[in-house]
Amino acid sequence: VENVRLLDRLSSRKAALGTLYLTATHVIFVENGSETRKETWVLHSQISSIEKQATTATGCPLLIRCKNFQIMQLVIPQERDCHDVYISLIRLTRPVKYEELYCFSFNPKLDKEEREQGWKLVNLNDEYNRMGIPNNYWQISDVNRDYGVCDSYPTEVYVPKSATAHIIVGSSKFRSRRRFPALSYYCKDNNASICRSSQPLSGFSARCLEDEQMLQAIRKANPGSDFIYVVDTRPKLNAMANRAAGKGYENEDNYSNIKFQFIGIENIHVMRNSLQKMLEVCELKSPSMSDFLWGLENSGWLKHIKAIMDAGIFIAKAVAEEGVSVLVHCSDGWDRTAQVCSVASLLLDPYYRTMKGFMVLIEKDWVSFGHKFNHRYGNLDGDPKEISPVIDQFIECVWQLMEQFPCAFEFNERFLIHIQHHIYSCQFGNFLCNSQKERRELKIQERTYSLWAHLWKNRADYLNPLYRSDHSQTQGTLRPQMAPCNFLYKFWSGMYNRFEKGLHPRQSVTDYLMAVKEETQQLEEELEVLRERLVNLQKSQLTDNKVKSKQQDQSKQLGLSTSNNSLANTPQEYSNDLKSFPSRSPSQGDEEDSALILTQDNLKSSDPDLSANSDQESGVEDLSCRSPSGGGCLPSEDSGKDSDEALFLA
Amino acid sequence: MLRSSQPLTGPNRKRCREDEMLLGMVLDEGERGFIIDTRSAQAAKQARMTGGGTEPKSSYPQWRRLHRPLERGRPLQESFIKLVEACNDTSINMDRWLSRLESCRWLNHVKAALSTACLAAQCMDREEASVLVHGTEGTDTTLLVTALAQVILDPSCRTLTGFQGLLEREWIEAGHPFHLRCAHSAYSHARLKQEAPLFLLFLDCVWQLSRQFPFSLEFSERLLLTLFDNAYASAYGTFLCNNEKERCLCKVKENTHSLWAWLSQPGEKKKYLNPLYSHNALVIWPSVEPQSIQLWQGLFLRWIRSSQYLDEAWAEIQRLAEGS
Repeated sequence: VENVRLLDRLSSRKAALGTLYLTATHVIFVENGSETRKETWVLHSQISSIEKQATTATGCPLLIRCKNFQIMQLVIPQERDCHDVYISLIRLTRPVKYEELYCFSFNPKLDKEEREQGWKLVNLNDEYNRMGIPNNYWQISDVNRDYGVCDSYPTEVYVPKSATAHIIVGSSKFRSRRRFPALSYYCKDNNASICRSSQPLSGFSARCLEDEQMLQAIRKANPGSDFIYVVDTRPKLNAMANRAAGKGYENEDNYSNIKFQFIGIENIHVMRNSLQKMLEVCELKSPSMSDFLWGLENSGWLKHIKAIMDAGIFIAKAVAEEGVSVLVHCSDGWDRTAQVCSVASLLLDPYYRTMKGFMVLIEKDWVSFGHKFNHRYGNLDGDPKEISPVIDQFIECVWQLMEQFPCAFEFNERFLIHIQHHIYSCQFGNFLCNSQKERRELKIQERTYSLWAHLWKNRADYLNPLYRSDHSQTQGTLRPQMAPCNFLYKFWSGMYNRFEKGLHPRQSVTDYLMAVKEETQQLEEELEVLRERLVNLQKSQLTDNKVKSKQQDQSKQLGLSTSNNSLANTPQEYSNDLKSFPSRSPSQGDEEDSALILTQDNLKSSDPDLSANSDQESGVEDLSCRSPSGGGCLPSEDSGKDSDEALFLA
Repeated sequence: MLRSSQPLTGPNRKRCREDEMLLGMVLDEGERGFIIDTRSAQAAKQARMTGGGTEPKSSYPQWRRLHRPLERGRPLQESFIKLVEACNDTSINMDRWLSRLESCRWLNHVKAALSTACLAAQCMDREEASVLVHGTEGTDTTLLVTALAQVILDPSCRTLTGFQGLLEREWIEAGHPFHLRCAHSAYSHARLKQEAPLFLLFLDCVWQLSRQFPFSLEFSERLLLTLFDNAYASAYGTFLCNNEKERCLCKVKENTHSLWAWLSQPGEKKKYLNPLYSHNALVIWPSVEPQSIQLWQGLFLRWIRSSQYLDEAWAEIQRLAEGS
């Protein structure tokens, strides 16, 4: 469709005129620019809602909201065309079969061997070995080898040595969805562990010998403690209500040596609504400080983030400081349980704060343990009540931690944002379906590519320049301040306002420091080489006094420009109301002047050079993964990497 | 950019030829200027009743007046006190923290100050028009706007020495009554008289700029904190008294040491430098969206939460930037 306008959300006067294209996998807007021909690509998988708004004199507005928080405001001149686009998009964004998803047609032109290697990059067996398992206390069990015991669990689960197959099977029958207690994390320093499960089917008074034995087995696997914590991450009221439905929680009287604890994280529906409300705040036009703070509080979003974090902190403390094992569950053990276990693991083990370790963590606690990616993130058209930003919240917890501990993570904010992006993009096969069983049935690894390999290939973009493996912050357990600490939780504008260039500075500290680091390293290497040469020269010309040595000046200034100052920025609309600037005639009434909005015509352009595309791979599919940031397969972002940076130290 | 106090128009709409001539001389034939009045239109009008007022359009035809009300005086001090209390309150739940923060209104004031300074800067840089800034007395919000606008516009004000010069010019010599304004800080239980944290608000705004433009200010947060400390209690005479006249009478220059002299010693100076600094010749336009304005943790949470991890991060940045 031609002559479509793409509006800029923050600056209502900025609109680009161009052509809108709909393909099998993307929505593409190409600007009628002279030099730049800027393109905006959006994957259908990313689109969460399409809103047709009332026709105005200028055309028919169409608002596209994306799961990665991009918002496209289009204005299509003809109503007929607008309607066609709308109907098409409705169909395109509600796939019925997995095969419709982009990952089945995405072709990065790797051979079969490379595809396989990509999938092998993260190996959970290796991970449990790294933890020190199997050992005297823990073993691998193949009781679920055909998914016969629990179809949402992986084929390989790790259980206490004293948990026989009989106990496991019995326990699984007493757990919602048959998700029996299994190992998530083992701390070899003190044998404490984090196990996870779903809620017991205890109702008001039911008992199960095998389930009680299972918990005992977990306790016995840690000789350093005579009890375990059982943490129910639900609010007490919800858990109690579940009892009426024949489910519920563990009774301390029945299970010997447990200390039971509610943590009170709300359910997926509350979280879905919370995000919705927060996004509404983000969509406010020129909100006041009060509007923003009230709106943010009203959404409850940061409160929920803190609740998840507090739960993770509690569990990490129990393991690291008390040396006590913890069994975590919620209702089904695939949402809050996953969040809390992975936050706790991250706090406990510095390995998970490395890039590779983080991939492993997600693979372990989210992918292998059957988090319902399809239902939660809408790979396919499904029940809207199943949609919830569960992993988004976990990712935000990681970001909040990165802000508090800037030296502790090997990866940077961009890494997190890209992972979130690809969980929704369905460009790679890692986050499809609801369980390992479903993915194997679909032969995902043979038909799609792994995101981890792609990120790993581009890992230079994702490094945190402040990370040093020998730094005190990277050693051991992270101990975030628990209280008072409300103020430590910030609004993540790098994620929720990701595409709003006006909000983000163009000066990226991360990129600058990475460049400095690289150059320093290069210089040091050169220095080494020269030193060696000098030594050799001196050796070979011992008697010759005319040896000249040329040494690098160690303190030579790095000739780096601190990013693109010229991209700096343009003034925004610094007024509250959006009345246009009055005419240039100085004679006006004696009234307060209306808002001063200056025209943006002669402003310095804030758009970076887009001609530097990412690695051109070839074919139509390849274009779809073109992005100006040279990071390979990312959707369009209007500016280069710079706008993605928000690594600010307080 | 010019600054003044309010014209004494009064209820009878008095005129003053000299004042009109003075402002007329600033502008060329056909040029226009902007007057940024830091009072609301209503407050400015009411000021007439007590002898003050605004510049009437008819008498100052080339000047367009814009009202951008900025908080000052008692309400601003209370905002400050409330914020400090809120930060110290360990009993607030997360689900009430943001509304508590909002009720202090401090961040609203930061946003308003930055927006107004940006407006002044926009007038000069984009419209290429002269700007006159005044409130009532020209010693509080006026100076906040003019000083901040210069940091935004002028790269030389972003260097360490340039910034010091700016403070000397726009705050000290311009007659901001430090003695009255900084008599008591947020914890004091004394009855408030003329205290108001305008200077702190200015420093907060500068901090917001440094956060949004991490490469563009030659000085670090540490300098801002030191200035804050010294405005309220100092071993140096720099922030003493309320104006140059008083400083002369008290013989401040003869009897005290200058803060700047101490800060500029090489051993001291390097503590206040920003390791990421690189001269940025452009105007820096901050975002004043609420998401872009943050609570200045380094100041308001200074004694409440450990800064260890952030300090370590800065040490690392320093190490990297020095290429060691």
